[in-house]
Formats: sequence, C-alpha cells, structure tokens
Amino acid sequence: MAVRVVSEWLSSCSGCEISILNLGDVILDLIPAKLQLVHIPALVDSKYFGPNGDGTHLTLPECEVGIISGGVRNEEQKEVALELRKKCKFLIALGTCATNGGIPAQANAWDNADVLNKVFKGSITTPPAETPTQVVPKLLDRVYALDEIPGLKVDIYLPGCPPHPDWIAAAILALLDGKTEFKLPERSVCDTCQVIREKKAAGGANIKRSLTNATFEAEEPIQKMRCLMEQGFLCLGPVTLAGCAGKEGNPRCIDARMPCRGCFGPIKKTSNPLVDMMGALTSVGINPQSVPDRRLILNRFIGAHNKLRPLPQRPGMPGPR
Amino acid sequence: MGKTIQIQPVTRIEGHARVVIQLDDAGEVNDTRVHVMALRGFEKFAEGRPVEEMPRIVNRICGICPWNHHLASVKATDKVFGVELPPTAVKLRRMAQHLAWIPDKLLHFYFLAAPDFVIGPDADPSVRNVIGIVGAAPDLARKVVHLRQKGAMLLEDWLGKVIHPVAAVTGGFSTPLAAAIQQRIIEETKEQLEFAQFTIKFAKENVFPKYLDTVKILGNFDSGFLGTVTADGTWDIYDGKLRLMKRDGSYDDFTYEQYSDYLEEHVEGWSYVKMPYAKKWGEGFSMDLAAPKGIYRANCLARINVCDRMPTPLAQKELEEFRAAFGRPAQFTLLYHWARLIELVANCEMALQLAQDPAILSKDVRAQVTPKAGRGVGCVEAPRGTLIHDYTGDGEGFITNANLIVGSTHNQAPINMSVNAAAKALIHGGVVNQGLLNKVEMAVRAYDP
Ligand code: SF4
Ligand code: SF4
Ligand code: SF4
Repeated sequence: MAVRVVSEWLSSCSGCEISILNLGDVILDLIPAKLQLVHIPALVDSKYFGPNGDGTHLTLPECEVGIISGGVRNEEQKEVALELRKKCKFLIALGTCATNGGIPAQANAWDNADVLNKVFKGSITTPPAETPTQVVPKLLDRVYALDEIPGLKVDIYLPGCPPHPDWIAAAILALLDGKTEFKLPERSVCDTCQVIREKKAAGGANIKRSLTNATFEAEEPIQKMRCLMEQGFLCLGPVTLAGCAGKEGNPRCIDARMPCRGCFGPIKKTSNPLVDMMGALTSVGINPQSVPDRRLILNRFIGAHNKLRPLPQRPGMPGPR
Repeated sequence: MGKTIQIQPVTRIEGHARVVIQLDDAGEVNDTRVHVMALRGFEKFAEGRPVEEMPRIVNRICGICPWNHHLASVKATDKVFGVELPPTAVKLRRMAQHLAWIPDKLLHFYFLAAPDFVIGPDADPSVRNVIGIVGAAPDLARKVVHLRQKGAMLLEDWLGKVIHPVAAVTGGFSTPLAAAIQQRIIEETKEQLEFAQFTIKFAKENVFPKYLDTVKILGNFDSGFLGTVTADGTWDIYDGKLRLMKRDGSYDDFTYEQYSDYLEEHVEGWSYVKMPYAKKWGEGFSMDLAAPKGIYRANCLARINVCDRMPTPLAQKELEEFRAAFGRPAQFTLLYHWARLIELVANCEMALQLAQDPAILSKDVRAQVTPKAGRGVGCVEAPRGTLIHDYTGDGEGFITNANLIVGSTHNQAPINMSVNAAAKALIHGGVVNQGLLNKVEMAVRAYDP
C-alpha cells in the first residue's frame, strides 16, 4: 500500500515546499504507487473543514508520514501541528524554521507588543490601527520550534533554509524502506568546504563586514579561494551543520563567494554555536568582540529554544544588538 | 442566522488564507472575507541589523520570490549608503531576476492553475492537481518538471543558492560571471524561450477559449493598477518608476521615494495582512463591489496594463494581440493567467539578451561601500506585485527603521472583492458543493503568485 503523506506549513515562507518540488523525478517516480500526497496545501485540494466547508473542527487526514515546515507562532499553527501529530506515525520537521525557529524567530528578541506596534502603529504608510483580533489566531508569546510544544514529538529533523532535496528524498526513501530513523551526518559546513585553509587570519584581527567582495579569481574553481573566515569575514561554517549542497558538493553560499550565515542550524542539538564560534574566530586570530550585531547574527536561524529573548534596551540603540 | 462556510486552507496558492462565506436564511451570500492568519514582523526585527545584511534576511519573506525580495532589499541598501553601481553589476542582478521568474511562471501555470482548466473546476479534488495533470498529459508534465528544475539548477550552479539567494550585495554583485556559465545560460534560455512560446500558443488554442465564458463572470470588478515601467513607459521588472493607473486608464508616474504620497495601508480587524490602497486618489478605501474606493491591483495583469509596450519583439506581439482582444486596462480577473504567460515570454527574451551582452563578463562588479547614515527605497516587481523596501540607517550602517510593502499585500483587497463577487454569482438557495467552492477559490488563485 502507498505511504500517505500529509504536509503542512506554519510560520513559514513556502521555500521548504519549493524544495519538495525540486525533488522532481524522484517524487514523480514514487507517485502514486508508493507515495500518496493526501494533503499538501500548495498542491492538493484537501480542507480542514471538509470539502463543503461545513465542518466544525479543524481536521487532517490519517497518514503514515507527516511533514511540517515553519515554526509555531500562533494558536492556530499549534492546533494544526498537534492535529497532524495525532494523525501521523512519523513526523518530519522540515526546514530550520521547524527545527530551530528560523529567521522568523529573530522576533524573539522583542516582546510581541513591540512587534505588533511596529506593524500596526509604527509604519509611515499605515494610519495607526489596533491589532486585528477577529477570527485571526492569537500570537503565542514567541516563536517556537516544533519540539518545544508539549505533545509535539518530532521523529526526523531535516534542517536547512531550505533543506536540500537530497535529504528530503533520503528521509522519505528510508521511511518507505521501513526504517524509523534518519539523520543528517554530523559534520560542519567547514568539513565539506573545499577552500584553502592556513589556520590563520589573512586580513587583520577585526571582522570585515560584507561591504567588499572576497578575494578570488572568477574563472578559478572554489578550491583556489582562501577561506572566507581567514579573509576576515564572519563565516558560520565552523558551527553549522553541513548539507546545504546535498549529499556532496561545496557549501552553497561559499560557491557564491559569500560567507555562511548558519542556515542549517547547529551541528548537534547540544552544541552551543555562540561559544563555539567565538572559539573558532579566536583560533585563527580574529577578535570575536569585533563581530557586529553579535547576538542576533550568531543566532540568525536558531532563535527558538530560548536562544533569543527580549533584553532591556540600551539607551540610544535602535534595537537589540 | 444562516450558515457559515469555511474554506481553509485555500489550496494551490503559495501562502495561508481562510475564506469565510456567510449565507443568510435564504441561502444567499450575505458577506465573504479572506482572512490572512499569519504575521511575522520583519519590519521589527530589521531594526538594529547591519544594513548590508538585510538582503540575506528579508529573502525569507517568501520562498517563491526570494530573488525579488533579495533584489528590492539590496537596491534599498545601495541607496542608504549612496553607492553607484558598476554597470555590469546591474546587468547581473537583472539577469538573475529574469531567470528566477521563468521556473516560477511554469510552476504556476501548469501545476497550480492548470488543474482547474485542464482537469476541470468541478472535477474530483483528488485528481484536480499536479498529479492529475501528470496522469492526463504525462509527457508534457514531465517536460515541465524537467524545465522547471533545469531553470532552478542553472541559477544554483551560477550563484550557489537559488532559494534564498546571497549573490546580490550592497554596491553590486558577489562574483563576476564565468564564461562557461554564460554559455550555459544562453543555451538553456533558448530552450526555455522555445517552450514559453509553445506554452502561450497551447494556452491560447486549447485552454483559454474553453473558459472565456467563465472569465467573463468569475470574480470581476473594475480596479486601478500598479506596476513598474522604464522612463519611456516600457514594461520592466527590475528598475524604473512606478505607475499607478486609474480605472479609466489615466495614470500617474512617480519615483520610489514618493511611494508614501501615493499609497497607504488600510487595516481590517479580521486579517493580519494590511491592505494598500491609492491614497493619492483622495477617495478613501472601500471594498464595495458597486463603488470601490482606492482599489488598485498589482501583479502580471497590472504590469501588462500599465506598460506602453513590452521590451522585446515576441512579447510585444503578444501584448498587441491581448490588447486588441481585451482593451487597456483589461479588467477580467482570470486574464491574470494570460498576462502571466506574456511575461514568461518576455523574461526568456530579456534573460537571453542580457546573457549575450559582451559587457556581462566584466570583472568590475562591486563598488566601494562605506557605511553612512541615510534612507533608501528599493523596489522591484515580484511575480505577485511591486515590492517596496524602505530602510533608514544610522551613521554606522545599522537599520533604525524599515517599512515594507510586499507584493501579495497589494492584491489583498482585490482578492477579497473577487471572492465576494464569485461567491455571490455562484452560490444561491443555500446550494453549496466542492465544485462551486473551488470556483470561488479560483478567484484567489488567479492572483497567485
Ligand atoms: S526554513 Fe527557510 S525555506 Fe523553510 S520555511 Fe523557514 S524560511 Fe522558508
Ligand atoms: S569558515 Fe567558511 S569559507 Fe572557511 S572553510 Fe569554513 S565554511 Fe569554508
Ligand atoms: S553556506 Fe551556510 S548559510 Fe549558506 S546555505 Fe550553506 S548552511 Fe546555509
């Protein structure tokens, strides 16, 4: 019998779903004999309140595999996530928003009231208005990763912003194979990066902001370029889980000659990227204190799990730095 | 009290929405609303970030159009720091913009919209989708899957990251174009152009004629339109001036910086998304179908309506044919699908032109950038409409204020009105079934992306 998949998106951007689409042939070959997409809002017409819209409860179909992208930002997203957990045998957290909060969890550095006031009262094109309350779900106090919600056990973590289709395929094929576990290999982005490293800074003791291009020859392969961190840029490769290029290949941003910002999240659940990154910078002779906007940049994709929270503002500062 | 019907999630769109239809005791449509249920607050967490980091943050507003947010943002950062770009940097950004649109248009037409037209609006929902298309036209579907993926992979091989790109940087571009990639872009874009021509011909012969009657009744009302044109009024999606057209076809042109004189955002107590409207018209805001106030639409139909001409020969021919049939401005909502395909052709032609420009290989792709205080408004067209990123930075180059108007919000009020019009035309005497409700959703889908 075909494995039924139900996929939902919460506080998300649809990028994870485009990654599912980028499976291309892999998914076309599985559908419909081996894999059945019974509910995936971007592609299939399946409704919470039934086909005629007269149901009274939010309901999702039974399935073997549940996939959720996006973090949990409001009451309704929580309800959807818990309903899917009830209806599926295996739950996949797809993308860094689902596993660690992702970019939307940058908002965790502020109180909700600050966020809502900015949107509805602090915009030059919006005459000040009250926060909408009718029908729209109430915000939770902050952005949560899936596994922070009581009762929302995650079986498989597929981080990435977005995750690479290789890993989505590998996880689905593992489940089709009867396996109950799947994990990305625990390597760092640096472990898969093919640039030249000499273990010392080449550009002084201070971090360079992304205001100049790296030094490299455009017609030369990436193997001829010096490590971006050693060139003095903040590159989160040392503390970020590898896999953005799929099973093999050079890290994606580095290929564009741009430093990593950590979109695959930490290498292990237990690691502390902030501390580890300070260590990595020090080890090549760069002063970690020179990183601008340190707290938010080092937690850019991982603000859930209480990694980011509102701090008292320093006078004269526009926001948490 | 009559019955309440809830359609959620609205499907085969890229985003989250709930449609609520309120019937009266006689089973006639009393009112409808499209609620947007999610809010993230990018404007707030922009505050305090280094200006040059913004293009890598705000692309997460949308995974369908990350390139467009990336580019609108980077243009705003250029202006905050007051940098002039090397000409090749502009060409590279532009080429990325046109290339990014191609797979997106294919996805929308064949996999999100076509099920309604090819499988049928009343068909069984379990086959009214991409899988149904694969079953009905397997060879064509495979071809679309391949070309869509090829388009995405081309960008990935060129610029590393295709979803949530990083290559457009304050002052220019992160890397010059290598000659080998240039050759691939030329070859593959020729193939995309050929398929784009096939697609619009196929649609005009086999799809649109069958639905012309539906087009005339589904979700229609008269609105104004907003889009980008070059200084001489030609269609453009990367740079130019904004053009706001009234219902009668007259229009105002204005610079990015003037956007807040022309547009304002209305807040309803039942949706998290704000609804922009034309403040400049001085008539206020109303979604009343009989007498709308301040309502304009964005996205492909808008761009096709506001431009005086298309930039390339094949697209220009398509525009002439379209205008001869539907006039200017064309108002029927389902014509979005047709306009989208004209833009598909234009994007292929534009990308090809840029790739063949010898200057595209120049190594001079980034200007000197020094942080300073300032304000910058950056706009580009996203598939769903004009993106407006307005940043202010302090003397050290950190954001102190951000205001964002994103593509899909322009059409929020129009989507509400189209749903209202469609529901009122289709639902009578309390008779409701999934086919009818899907037709109501088609009024949403036309706008997306
Ligand atoms: S993880 Fe990234 S791609 Fe996925 S929903 Fe979040 S922002 Fe979008
Ligand atoms: S620090 Fe960045 S550039 Fe250097 S090896 Fe690691 S990922 Fe590559
Ligand atoms: S290099 Fe880093 S930020 Fe870039 S895609 Fe890979 S993990 Fe994400």
